[in-house]
Amino acid sequence: MNLTIHVWRQKSREAKGGFVAYKAENISPDASFLEMLDVVNESLIEKGEESIHFEHDCREGICGSCGMMINGVAHGSRGKAMATCQLHMRHFKEGDEVWVEPWRARAFPIIKDLIVDRSGLDTIIQAGGFISVNTGSAPEANMIPIPKPVQELSMDAAACIQCGACVAQCPNGAAQLFTSAKVSHLGLLPQGQPERYERVVRMVEVMEEMFGSCTMFGECEAVCPKAISIDFIARMNRDFIAAKFKSQKEISVGV
Amino acid sequence: MELNSKTPPGPLANKWEKAKASYKLVNPSNKRKYDIIVVGAGLAGGAAAATLGELGYNVKCFVYHDSPRRAHSIAAQGGINAAKNYRNDGDSIYRLFYDTIKGGDYRAREANVYRLAELSVDIIDQAVAQGVPFAREYGGSLDNRSFGGVQVSRTFYARGQTGQQLLLGAFQALERQIALGSVKMYPRHEMLDLVVVDGHAKGIITRNLATGRVESHAADAVVLGTGGYANVFYLSTNAKASNTTAIWRAHRRGATFANPCYTQIHPTCIPQSGDFQSKLTLMSESLRNDGRIWVPKSKGDTRGPKQIPESERDYFLERKYPSFGNLAPRDIASRASKEVCDEGRGVGASGRGVYLDFADAISRLGRPTIEERYGNLFEMYHDITAEDPYEIPMRIYPAPHYTMGGLWVDYNLMSNVPGLYVIGEANFSDHGANRLGASALMQGLADGYFVLPVSIGDYLAGQFGKKVDAGRPEFAAATAEVQDRVSRLLGAKGTRTVDSFHRELGGIMWDYCGMERDAEGLRKARTMVRELREKYWREVKVLGEGEEPNQSLEKAGRVADFFELADLMCLDALQREESAGGHFRTEYQTADGEAQRDDDKFRYVAAWEFTGEKSEPRLHKEPLEYEEVKLATRSYK
Ligand SMILES: Cc1cc2nc3c(=O)[nH]c(=O)nc-3n(C[C@H](O)[C@H](O)[C@H](O)COP(=O)(O)OP(=O)(O)OC[C@H]3O[C@@H](n4cnc5c(N)ncnc54)[C@H](O)[C@@H]3O)c2cc1C
Ligand code: FES
Repeated sequence: MNLTIHVWRQKSREAKGGFVAYKAENISPDASFLEMLDVVNESLIEKGEESIHFEHDCREGICGSCGMMINGVAHGSRGKAMATCQLHMRHFKEGDEVWVEPWRARAFPIIKDLIVDRSGLDTIIQAGGFISVNTGSAPEANMIPIPKPVQELSMDAAACIQCGACVAQCPNGAAQLFTSAKVSHLGLLPQGQPERYERVVRMVEVMEEMFGSCTMFGECEAVCPKAISIDFIARMNRDFIAAKFKSQKEISVGV
Repeated sequence: MELNSKTPPGPLANKWEKAKASYKLVNPSNKRKYDIIVVGAGLAGGAAAATLGELGYNVKCFVYHDSPRRAHSIAAQGGINAAKNYRNDGDSIYRLFYDTIKGGDYRAREANVYRLAELSVDIIDQAVAQGVPFAREYGGSLDNRSFGGVQVSRTFYARGQTGQQLLLGAFQALERQIALGSVKMYPRHEMLDLVVVDGHAKGIITRNLATGRVESHAADAVVLGTGGYANVFYLSTNAKASNTTAIWRAHRRGATFANPCYTQIHPTCIPQSGDFQSKLTLMSESLRNDGRIWVPKSKGDTRGPKQIPESERDYFLERKYPSFGNLAPRDIASRASKEVCDEGRGVGASGRGVYLDFADAISRLGRPTIEERYGNLFEMYHDITAEDPYEIPMRIYPAPHYTMGGLWVDYNLMSNVPGLYVIGEANFSDHGANRLGASALMQGLADGYFVLPVSIGDYLAGQFGKKVDAGRPEFAAATAEVQDRVSRLLGAKGTRTVDSFHRELGGIMWDYCGMERDAEGLRKARTMVRELREKYWREVKVLGEGEEPNQSLEKAGRVADFFELADLMCLDALQREESAGGHFRTEYQTADGEAQRDDDKFRYVAAWEFTGEKSEPRLHKEPLEYEEVKLATRSYK
């Protein structure tokens, strides 16, 4: 198939960017969107033009490296959970015009073309997205049984790939879905209880310093490649409020 | 050069205790005075960097990814082994050890493998404590599944995302140390050289991928956890950026490279569908718990799978290996699949595919159970191929997946260059000539959490007061070499893209150094690789500048190193005149087509020393002594 792609090109963070149109020719419908970009890049290099820079690695929807706005939609498909690398060209039509842009968010400055700096998400994890257990100090794994539904729900949240699509799609550039996924993954498990309330407060505070605020548009959920539910945001908010209105001691002893 | 494995004396089961007891210790208050560079933050590097930070060392951790959580380990699907014996099915540390040694076709070090089996149980404890949401039974205890090459259920899993969840455990521990200031993270930094000072590894040269700047970093020791090199084949199941540069550069600085020809071709991958294809997708081995593999009995059968009656199907693994059936080890299953396709019985448009059929399992267990077990894998298959595996069998074909070879290390995971440690897939240590499923995650984490953080103290204790700084001339010399390579790549100004060369190289390796090898083909491949490599340096076209983000340049450097490695792989495959595990030499096979080892002549680790670009590498042999297991011909019949 043949398409026209309009790609955002920007040489560096400071440089001015703009759309450039390219022909994507003889593309197999079985190719992925990134493989289509590979084909375009090969032809660009042959013509002496620098390739379109974009991030990618696993190409199977798990590493979270890839991500771009395709026709205004993060990862290019609303409602069908997938990362850009999992989007296949069979979802497009012959002659389509496709607009390709980097994640647009204040917290994600552009590095080059479609590559942005998402390190703010790691900073949120550093604020408390872990269980403090040093290597070697763990008890026997089966000592604490975990009800299967609890483990399943925790896993639903833990499936987040930290791609940043939620932030990019949000009109406010908020990182609530991402943060709530980590808060819920750990907060649901018995192992995560000791730090549960301290964790949520620390993570939310750091998140709010860097990212926009959530007004529950729900756009994030629609584009999340792992279909992470917006219910986790409600769960995070409940924990946050609980933590704010009670002292750590009160919560811990359950009064 | 003598390669001393430093395996502790005494009975197998006491060796690790003995080693720990004999290690020199670093005084806790002195630990922060030691700088350790860890390159890589996959399961191995991430676990090591976090644990070293917890111990109080001053760690600098480098990755080429934008975040440590993106390491290729994230893509592991199926699971991780551990000798917990929760199923009460007769498992034990000894059995896990034995299965792994046998699975590796008796080409791994006994002591290392035994330690791995011992530590496997601690890994599960650690991961659960970190919040890894492993699958559970209704009673709340941990669930297990089976993997290839074994007859017990010892594989722990988190849906089809086990690697992701284990890596997140290590990543979270690492982020905690970053917040505490014991680890400094350098994302988007690619190591391009190792710096050796007075014979000891004392630093690295990196290129900052966001700015293009070349930088020097000094430390008291260097740890490489930089993953495997299956991308030498271009098409593989590895992530696109996985490469050999870190270990290859260390090899050129003196570290011997062990068993480079031992590569694993995984039987269950989605077949290639066109020239545009950039990588191959693995369908987890766990699918073979419930899927049955077959092809039509007769050649050129073009009927759809459902039109072929039971009596005209050949369930070839069940037929040839009745006691292990569809769960025969990878090397054996891959070769059997290739064989039926070579006979003209392969399926799909290319004829390079076999069916992996779930119809029986669905009718026996019901669709919901299958969905629960493999839902995300089925969906992945459906997305890629536009075929619904609940309705028609999957089509699969072998693909390069894992590399057992890597830098040589002793029992303490130190290479022959003092101060240079190598962990995870980057070393050669535990899998012999074939790795069993679900044991790479185990090895990476055993190395990273439990072995390296203790064994490295033994070296560091002797380095007190011997700090070097990056102002030493060795750093300037290595920097100049890195910059020279960069300018040669940019300056070639040829006509062909990096990818086109990489594809061609991969094709040569797949044809002559892939699933089957022979002397003539390997000699031919060496000539072809060398010619192509010369052409590469003349004709490659890399646009852009060095001092900016430049993805073509990044790739160009990695492919340049793949060329050199490819030659060594062929040479290693050529010298090993036997078949063992994933290394199958057609000249050496039994009457029924199985691998034929030659224990008298080849029961050794082949460790290659770099002697210069123009001269042949020198072979060193580390003999493998088996005190505990009796060498036998592997049988899965
Ligand atoms: C698709 C797939 C599925 C798998 N499934 C399983 C499974 O179910 N069970 C199992 O046991 N094994 C599985 N494996 C194998 C297993 O995932 C890997 O062997 C293992 O994760 C490797 O871990 P590692 O830490 O050694 O390296 P990696 O995870 O590859 O990490 C390498 C790290 O090094 C960094 N790096 C590399 N080179 C440089 C450099 N020059 N400069 C700076 N940084 C560098 C990278 O940024 C990265 O952080 C699977 C493999 C694949 C391909
Ligand atoms: S490339 Fe890894 S998620 Fe797309």
